Amino acid sequence: MTELAPALVNYDEAISRYEPVIGLETHVELGTVTKMFCGCSTAFGAEPNSAVCPVCLGLPGSLPVANRTAIEYTIRIGLALNCSIASWCRFARKNYFYPDMPKDFQISQYDEPLCTDGWLDVTVDETVVRVGIERVHLEEDTGKSLHIGGATGRIHGADYSLVDYNRAGIPLVEVVTKPVPGTGALAPVVARAYVTELRDLLRSLGVSDVRMEEGSLRCDVNTSIARRGSGTWGTRTETKNVNSLRSVERAVRFEIERQAGVLDSGGRIVQETRHFHEETGTTTAGRSKEEAQDYRYFPEPDLVPVAPSAEWVEQIRATLPEFPAARRARLQREWGLSDLDMAALRNAGALDLVAETVAAGASPEQARNWWLGELARRANETGADLAALPVTPAQVARVSELVASGALNSKLARQVLDGVLAGEGSPDEIVAARGLAVVSDDGALLAAIDQAIAANPEIADTIRSGKTAAAGVLIGAVMKATRGQADATRARELILQRLAEPG
Amino acid sequence: MASTELTRMTAAELAAAIASGETSAVDVTQAHLNRIEAVDSSVHAFLHVAPDAALAAAGAVDARRAAGEPLGPLAGVPLVLKDLFTTTDMPTTCGSRILEGWRPPYDATITTRLRRAGIVILGKANMDEFAMGSSTENSAFGPSHNPWDLSRVPGGSSGGSSAAVTAFEAPLGLGTDTGGSIRQPAAVCGIVGTKPTYGGSSRYGVVAFASSLDTPGPLARNVLDTALLHEVISGHDPCDSTSIDAPVPPVVAAARQADVSGLRVGVVTELGGEGYQPGVLGRFTEAVELLQSLGAKVTEVSCPHFSYALPAYYLIAPSECSSNLARFDGMRYGLRVGDDGTRSAEEVMSLTRDAGFGAEVKRRIMLGTYALSSGYYDAYYGKAQQVRTLIARDFDAAFEQVDVLVSPTTPTTAFPIGERADDPIAMYLADLCTIPSDLAGNAAISVPCGLAPEDGLPVGLQIMAPVLADDRLYRVGAAVEAALDQRRGHPLLDDAKGMKGEGEVGGK
Repeated sequence: MTELAPALVNYDEAISRYEPVIGLETHVELGTVTKMFCGCSTAFGAEPNSAVCPVCLGLPGSLPVANRTAIEYTIRIGLALNCSIASWCRFARKNYFYPDMPKDFQISQYDEPLCTDGWLDVTVDETVVRVGIERVHLEEDTGKSLHIGGATGRIHGADYSLVDYNRAGIPLVEVVTKPVPGTGALAPVVARAYVTELRDLLRSLGVSDVRMEEGSLRCDVNTSIARRGSGTWGTRTETKNVNSLRSVERAVRFEIERQAGVLDSGGRIVQETRHFHEETGTTTAGRSKEEAQDYRYFPEPDLVPVAPSAEWVEQIRATLPEFPAARRARLQREWGLSDLDMAALRNAGALDLVAETVAAGASPEQARNWWLGELARRANETGADLAALPVTPAQVARVSELVASGALNSKLARQVLDGVLAGEGSPDEIVAARGLAVVSDDGALLAAIDQAIAANPEIADTIRSGKTAAAGVLIGAVMKATRGQADATRARELILQRLAEPG
Repeated sequence: MASTELTRMTAAELAAAIASGETSAVDVTQAHLNRIEAVDSSVHAFLHVAPDAALAAAGAVDARRAAGEPLGPLAGVPLVLKDLFTTTDMPTTCGSRILEGWRPPYDATITTRLRRAGIVILGKANMDEFAMGSSTENSAFGPSHNPWDLSRVPGGSSGGSSAAVTAFEAPLGLGTDTGGSIRQPAAVCGIVGTKPTYGGSSRYGVVAFASSLDTPGPLARNVLDTALLHEVISGHDPCDSTSIDAPVPPVVAAARQADVSGLRVGVVTELGGEGYQPGVLGRFTEAVELLQSLGAKVTEVSCPHFSYALPAYYLIAPSECSSNLARFDGMRYGLRVGDDGTRSAEEVMSLTRDAGFGAEVKRRIMLGTYALSSGYYDAYYGKAQQVRTLIARDFDAAFEQVDVLVSPTTPTTAFPIGERADDPIAMYLADLCTIPSDLAGNAAISVPCGLAPEDGLPVGLQIMAPVLADDRLYRVGAAVEAALDQRRGHPLLDDAKGMKGEGEVGGK
């Protein structure tokens, strides 16, 4: 598709003259055991079209029955986002033809969403931005189309298409923000921070596995810009296919640069759906919303209204967990960390890992050192997420405990972790199998020390004369002789003791 | 027992004869299969006959009886199923080319309940395409014929079921009522048909026309048989969210009670007068007088918003159908047209729907699509829903004063095939009296109340009761039936002109 594309405007330049407004629509696949309106499994990765039945295939005569757990999860999300919960609302049919929609309509909610008018606070550069939540509603997912042949993997130009209806009918919650103005140059970062905070919140609620790469969390990003001081908002575009946190930030940034270019060259922004391209970080036009489809919404006559009682809502409220922001504040306090330390932990994706390692018995400092030091280095080497390393917080805690008790020194501890990462077993098994234990037997140490003193008489004299710093040379020799298994602290003590003895 | 005799018996009599061993379910089934073989080429009530499945089901009932197992009150009795109830062992076409040959992978809840009750499904009945029509002329597979006069319609949309029951091809039939599709064909065929309270009978596996209106219900040649079938198919179904979780009204007991003394009966002012056939009004008035003579207290009751029922219905039903019928797109099942490798999915959908749907279905899909469109929704669909509420309030107010309401079931007797085929509005008027109860969701029945003198064709009396008071229909219906049969000296169907001689439609 050729597009008349004026040059992008440099980001700082664009921000100096234009004020962005962002908005986000996030789709979350709920982690219920069964689908929204039938008893089929929601498990990811099953054989195509194996988790289907007359209802989720939309066969003639079939009827939906709403999943109570999905409604409960939606209320949980609404409460966690400070929303009002409707005491009575209905599902609606959204009508449009598409092969991956079994009924050629989607059961969704229209003008009566289950949750409305809430907020989520996100922190960016020590500033709290309150993102307003317009609505949280419940709907069913569509099937998944796979377009075979053609260049782009999109339906246009494909030879044929395959549809997998396993996803059809999986409960999907849509969280829609209010427009977020006034974030200026931070708009892309705020967008990313919001999705991150929402993801962490949803995970803490236990309502979804929130995996962007598997599509259980999907994000559409709305962006508009208006000339600074104009007092108006611009026309927004809606960018789809934004499949990672990084892409959220990049998509907003690109749209600001692109829209500034269009406006600078005298053009106008068209309200349209745009497609984000991961490889290039750019967006291209999809269908125009100005010739928008008429979805002919009307209340779903096959379902009865949802009327959650006040008691039920309060019961759900009572089971809400500690939210991520509150938890972070508590941990930061408990661990005595600075804002900067805390931010580093979060950015490295190590917060939960450290918390679990501490919970398993390690000191906060040790846990942090392992995850941000040695383990972060290993993850970096392989390009994996920290959480994806084949080592558990409990195992890290055990290694940490062995070090604290003096059974391992830091060098040996790293070897134990090597073993764990290589899949050789638990830390204790590896210590036993590799024979990795600190030599703390004074007899064996003394023999090595005497050897070292004998081999380095001048150093020994220097130490005797009071310059104990020189002991390092002797410790090195002892460590070498014991192949690293000596307890360095004890070796130092014994060396000083030995040389202090009347010769 | 002779084959002819078996097809003339009531369902209750057949069940008793099978239970006592006087006859077998297989013999009863075979007798009806023979009857179908003999007359259905003239009546065309069936789209699909399933002799093997029917005889196997009958054999299973006989085996259960032989083993001493208890049998239900209709075990071994044959039945014809309107061709929109899903059946795993028979096609389900809804009278449409678009579903020709489709064999559902699941049974409707009602199909399952019938099978469990030992009822023998003979086959699938003809119907107006997707239940849209009042004559079966909208069937893609040709119309059914009224056994009273083969040149006339048997009503619709459940016209195949009503024709089969009338022609003694089956003692029981199942239909669905969305705007009158059980009561109107029952009325013009001279049999009994009930639209239960909405939600009283499960819609799971009933291919939808208009979800908020569709109500499956029984058809039979007498009130007691209708009640027996009503009871078998009713009750809460967790697979249908709109199914009512409440005890089934005691319809069979009410049919046996057949007593109206002291009952308050309201004649609806708005359902009568101009536009009604004189013979229909005459028989209706006699039926009201009969009720009075049987001890009912008759008053006239006004339901002022009933005059808006028909236009409201023709916005709500098409709106829902435009959405319900979207799934017939040639992608997953049924007809697919134009898939030659050069066309897009959208083009194939469009060609399939153009070829697969008949004119009336297309008309209603377009009406409904328009009524739901952005900018028109409030004026059409929204307004129609408000009218619906007003009609329900009319019923509520009326039932404060009376126990049941009565009216003619339909303004005219059976009309000739072809007469209204090109005049949709004239066709729609056939459901003038039945639509209010569909919109309000309350229960209603049609029972025969004699023949119109001018054409000798059956007239139906409609009785309407409050939501979940379905039993009152049977109390009143059975009383009227008993009194009329006694006065006449024989059942109404014995007078059917089109039914002469063995092998012909009547086979008397």
